[in-house]
Amino acid sequence: MNSAQDPDRGNRKLVVFGILGVTVLAMASMAIGKYSVPPSAILRVLFAGLTGGQPDVDPIQQTVIWNVRLPRVIAGLLIGAALAAAGATYQGLFRNPLVSPDILGVSAGASLGAVLAIFLKMPVPVIQLMSFCGGLLAVAAVYGVGAAVRGRDPVLTLVLAGVAIGAIVGAGISLVKILADPYDQLPAITYWLLGSLTAVTRADVGSILPAMVIGLLPLVALRWRMNVMTLGDEEAQTLGVDTRLMRLALIFGATLITAASVSIAGIVGWVGLVIPHVARLLVGPDFRRLLPAALLLGGGYMLVVDTLARSVALTEIPLGILTAVVGAPFFLWLLASGKRGWS
Amino acid sequence: MLELRDLAFGYGTRQVGGGVSLILRPGEVLALLGPNGAGKTTLFKTMLGLLAPLGGEVLLDAAPLETLDRKERARRIAYVPQAHAALFPFTVRDVVLMGRAAQVAPFSAPVRNDREVAAAALERLGMAHLSDRPYTEISGGERQMTLIARALAQQPKVLVMDEPTASLDYGNQMRVLGHVRRLAREGMAVVLSTHNPDHVFMVADRVAMLHDGALAALGPPADVLTVERVKQLYNIDVVMGVLPGGSSQVCSPRLGPGD
Repeated sequence: MNSAQDPDRGNRKLVVFGILGVTVLAMASMAIGKYSVPPSAILRVLFAGLTGGQPDVDPIQQTVIWNVRLPRVIAGLLIGAALAAAGATYQGLFRNPLVSPDILGVSAGASLGAVLAIFLKMPVPVIQLMSFCGGLLAVAAVYGVGAAVRGRDPVLTLVLAGVAIGAIVGAGISLVKILADPYDQLPAITYWLLGSLTAVTRADVGSILPAMVIGLLPLVALRWRMNVMTLGDEEAQTLGVDTRLMRLALIFGATLITAASVSIAGIVGWVGLVIPHVARLLVGPDFRRLLPAALLLGGGYMLVVDTLARSVALTEIPLGILTAVVGAPFFLWLLASGKRGWS
Repeated sequence: MLELRDLAFGYGTRQVGGGVSLILRPGEVLALLGPNGAGKTTLFKTMLGLLAPLGGEVLLDAAPLETLDRKERARRIAYVPQAHAALFPFTVRDVVLMGRAAQVAPFSAPVRNDREVAAAALERLGMAHLSDRPYTEISGGERQMTLIARALAQQPKVLVMDEPTASLDYGNQMRVLGHVRRLAREGMAVVLSTHNPDHVFMVADRVAMLHDGALAALGPPADVLTVERVKQLYNIDVVMGVLPGGSSQVCSPRLGPGD
């Protein structure tokens, strides 16, 4: 009988192993590429970078690691972790294992913002800002509709409002694509809509870090209460949970980290749908374990995919293509094998 | 303990029923009997504070329900929904632990005491051996017991059970009713809804008969649950009596010659 055992304790082992695994992946990702760098040089560059000294390595290696691959690795980790955590949150909150981080129109809104900024020939930081704002605006609109409709199942209302607003925003994106310059802007728009970390800089990573931290806070803080929310609105209420406030805080957090991810990497599909399933298979549905597992798996998965994206072909493959090609068959396999973390 | 005073209930502006007054006493099982659409579920939701009363009031320990915050309510009145299919495979222990939500601080997780209360609730219902099983893989009867254990983990004074025997097999129906009886003997006040007059005779101290949103009768089953009332509620002819060797009245339908 281990009824009095603290489940958080089992968590620590999981987190330590996960961090170890992700660290190895990060090292590998920094070593692999058209210009390969030995691990010892990576360590020296990182150490020098952190202490502010001058590493005793080839300056090209230093530039490749410090200015190109490190920001990209950190961005990949952040984005994969954020999308997976947001997906796990939305799936629990909406009690539907088929929803992904873009269920409330956040990706569509972010896309419209970015596409519009590209169309208006804005510089990159403005593209990111407009994408971020677009995502938040779309979700605010969906949430506003959901709050205005009373007396219906609030979860279903939100999902349906998300579908409708997403369609309107999608129409806007299509319109901008038609109007865009087909030789100059359209390829940029298309590339952005498929997701990529090619142009990520240290400044980009810094710019999304605050949103990531603020967005993750409610998810971490409410990690046990999240379990109760999966029972549905009425049951959770009879158990003493303020479901409106909970839903607001969790949607806010998950949306913020999704919008931050989309704003620098574009649309990277499937991560937020598939990774939470894999995490649930590995550690079960308890959000106290599911959240760290999703964060680590999502981050690790994104590292692998991004490393593949920049090393398997002469030109970079957009992330969205790879995540779909890897994610969709895997998802089908999950369905067919009955290894689902839900029923 | 729980008192309804001239309660009118419904959704928004649509009133489903009204004029319901009753007092639930500790250690009492009150059965709510009524046909589909009579307003049982709406009445329950109003008693639980999920719907605001359209008139009259719900008093919990002499305090109007709306003056108590959600947590305070959850510590006094617990809801046992019908055994449902859960989406995610939480273990039975985790499901029961969710009954502690009102005692756990918002940003916190259950502590040792909460886990002990949850384990004791499972023990009390003879469910401890299923603690580690996923809720999605146990039988309907076991799910219903898990939900009762979750309600017990709230350490409430009142249990509100929505058709606790629906969708259970015959044996599990009787086992659940047996547990209801025992909980009442230990001081719990229980309100449950049912469609089965036999279950009312077996388990209830009093029966409230709901017809078109109004109380058609309220009293001990032997006094008010009569052949005429069943005919009024469900529009079928029945006979009632105690079978030789039986312990409580049973109700048996009679099909007319045209049926």
